[in-house]
Amino acid sequence: MTPPASAAATTADTIHVPAPTRERPPASVYGPWAWLRANLFSSWWSTAFTLVFGYLLIRWALGFFNWAVINAIWSVPGTGQQVDTSACRALEGAGACWAVIGEKYRFILFGLYPYDEQWRPAICIALFIGLYIVSAMRRFWRKELGLIWLGTLTVIGILMWGGVFGMEYVPQEKWGGLAITLILATFGLAFAFPLAVLVALGRRSTKMPAVKMLCVLYVELIRGVPLISLLFMASVMFPLFLPEGMNIDKLLRAQIAIILFAGAYLAEVVRGGLQALPKGQYEAADALGLSYWQRTGFIILPQALTLVIPPLVNTFIGFFKDTSLVLIIGIFDLLTAGKTAIVEPAWQGFGVEVYVFVALIYFMFCFAMSKYSQNLETELNRHRRR
Amino acid sequence: MSGATADPRFATRTAPRKGMSLSWSDPLFRSVVWQVLIVGVVVAIVWYLVSNTRHNLEVRKIATGFGFLGREAGLPIGESMITYSPTDTYLRALWIGVLNTLKVAITGIVIATVIGTLVGIGRLSKNWLLAKFTAVYVEVLRDIPLLLQLLFWYAILQALPGPRQALHPVDGVFLSNRGIKVPLLEWQAAHWWTLAAFAAGAIGAVLWSRACDRRQAETGVRPRVWPIALGLMVAFPVVVWLALGAPWTWDLPALRGFNFQGGGTLTPEFMALLAGLVIYTSAFIAEIVRSGILAVPHGQWEAANALGLRSGMVLRKVVLPQALRVIIPPMTSTYLNITKNSSLAVAIGYQDIVSIANTTLNQTGQAIEGIAIIMLVYLTISLSISLFMNWYNARIALVER
Repeated sequence: MTPPASAAATTADTIHVPAPTRERPPASVYGPWAWLRANLFSSWWSTAFTLVFGYLLIRWALGFFNWAVINAIWSVPGTGQQVDTSACRALEGAGACWAVIGEKYRFILFGLYPYDEQWRPAICIALFIGLYIVSAMRRFWRKELGLIWLGTLTVIGILMWGGVFGMEYVPQEKWGGLAITLILATFGLAFAFPLAVLVALGRRSTKMPAVKMLCVLYVELIRGVPLISLLFMASVMFPLFLPEGMNIDKLLRAQIAIILFAGAYLAEVVRGGLQALPKGQYEAADALGLSYWQRTGFIILPQALTLVIPPLVNTFIGFFKDTSLVLIIGIFDLLTAGKTAIVEPAWQGFGVEVYVFVALIYFMFCFAMSKYSQNLETELNRHRRR
Repeated sequence: MSGATADPRFATRTAPRKGMSLSWSDPLFRSVVWQVLIVGVVVAIVWYLVSNTRHNLEVRKIATGFGFLGREAGLPIGESMITYSPTDTYLRALWIGVLNTLKVAITGIVIATVIGTLVGIGRLSKNWLLAKFTAVYVEVLRDIPLLLQLLFWYAILQALPGPRQALHPVDGVFLSNRGIKVPLLEWQAAHWWTLAAFAAGAIGAVLWSRACDRRQAETGVRPRVWPIALGLMVAFPVVVWLALGAPWTWDLPALRGFNFQGGGTLTPEFMALLAGLVIYTSAFIAEIVRSGILAVPHGQWEAANALGLRSGMVLRKVVLPQALRVIIPPMTSTYLNITKNSSLAVAIGYQDIVSIANTTLNQTGQAIEGIAIIMLVYLTISLSISLFMNWYNARIALVER
């Protein structure tokens, strides 16, 4: 074969190849105009809808902008008991009174925790968030993660209670706000998850009918009743269950109710994973001569749990939101703190502003989790979609 | 695998059991020991709790039993579907609570299903504005706790002006912080007959549609269904109504003094609870519907189009039956969730079963019985809904060979 270099040189000399002129595609299939046509005005129905709905949406958005930004009041004179909210009252709902957030955000985040010690729950909240981020990273998914959890939760306990290292002791009744919400959710999760795995295994067991029945009874009973009834049970019936003179505090009782509740729901998710695992995995493990716990711990659970991570995260989200129900039995979580912040006569009637603020906090946590779960789902399913 | 086991030569033969040997290496023995141990521990815990409870009840001199149900309740109930006065018994008060729970749960289920389905379909729309708006709706609303949403709607409804300055968008409708006042049709015997005529017409229409199906199967030609069905379901009741004198008097609400007289009332508590439940749950239903429709392979749409079916028929005869199979199981648990979530009513003062049982429990001190009643009511409702949905699911399930 002749080297193409010389051939190319000769052809370039002799034959003149005109530079290709790039024709732009017609405006009807390319560019912003075409995009509008395809996505907003593709048919009569679509056009009518876009116009009507777009008009309503713009009007509503402008109204909201007026309320939230233009007419809003960001601070009011005075503080504490001497606060003067007449400027906010004069608005009569035409604008938001964000001053209530400026005045009350410490209360909403930390509740009745002593003002000078509020750096402690603040650090706890940061630790919780750090713990979530570490647990979300796949490179940390190994045995040491359990130790990290144990260590962090211990540090959080020490910080919240105090009484050592020169920190003032703060009784549990004074805790409140976001810290309580995160404590209920995290400790609840940490205890409910192992419980759920055991219950799911029990419910799947074929050789132990009595254990299976107990597990079915537990799961179905808990899932058939609302969380509120369990919380009521924790707040009014629990004291009757304990021997005379023994008493455990309200937060712990609510925590137990939440653990029992979450355990039943998580157990069903885990059971789904156990069922989805091909039978061959069980048989292969048996053929290797592994004992039940070896088989479960080394073969079954690692695969089954990976299968159900997305629904597990969704259950965590639901469960995080459900911690707000402790409001009904009077525990000072984020939502209760928000609701209490507007009890003071000066701030009465500014519920919408406070609820928007609290909703934003809940939303940030839940939205982060749900986005994470969606990403994880595509990542874990990558091998299936070749 | 299954082919091999069908062959009698390879049929699994279980080794003859010689009964259980009392050795730790016998799996049967081990399992029996474990079960006895676990059940024993659970029974011991329960026994311990029960004995503590009995002791505590004795010490506090609380009589157990459901005798209090027959006593006079003396608790005021703001909204009730049956007549009630505070002199009635606790049993009747609790029954009103059950009815109020059912009222908000059933209304909520119906409205949330409609809105959720529309939002779910909207998210698949080719219209960018609609698709984005519904996506934001779903993402925002399902990530905010329901209780917070309830308090929010309640705060907004409470911020409405008083009865004297009530908003008056349409004639006969008043919006105030006492609730929404709507005109009410004065119910007469003729209306019952009209309703009966409608029911008969609906049954007739179903029968007619079945007859049309048979005709189509026999002759290949489908008679027009809708004119006769429409006649049976609309014209027939209207004729009955006209024949009975066409009664049409409305009970309009009107401001007298400090409050409204006449008309029907939707209390702010009910409206806030319903709004919260519907908006929160519709976001979940939307996702269920969307994933159900996406679960139908694209080839099914194309095949149906290739057969020359019109777009309505494609949806009704091909896509929906397949999507429903995916939709029904999660929908069942969503319906159960609405029912259970309606218990949050207690936070805004709507008197559902939890709220009334809680008041009863505080008045009488019968904590165990009160909570048992709440749990029993919800277990019954949950069980009924799941039985019905399982029946429906079995009916639409794929019939395999």
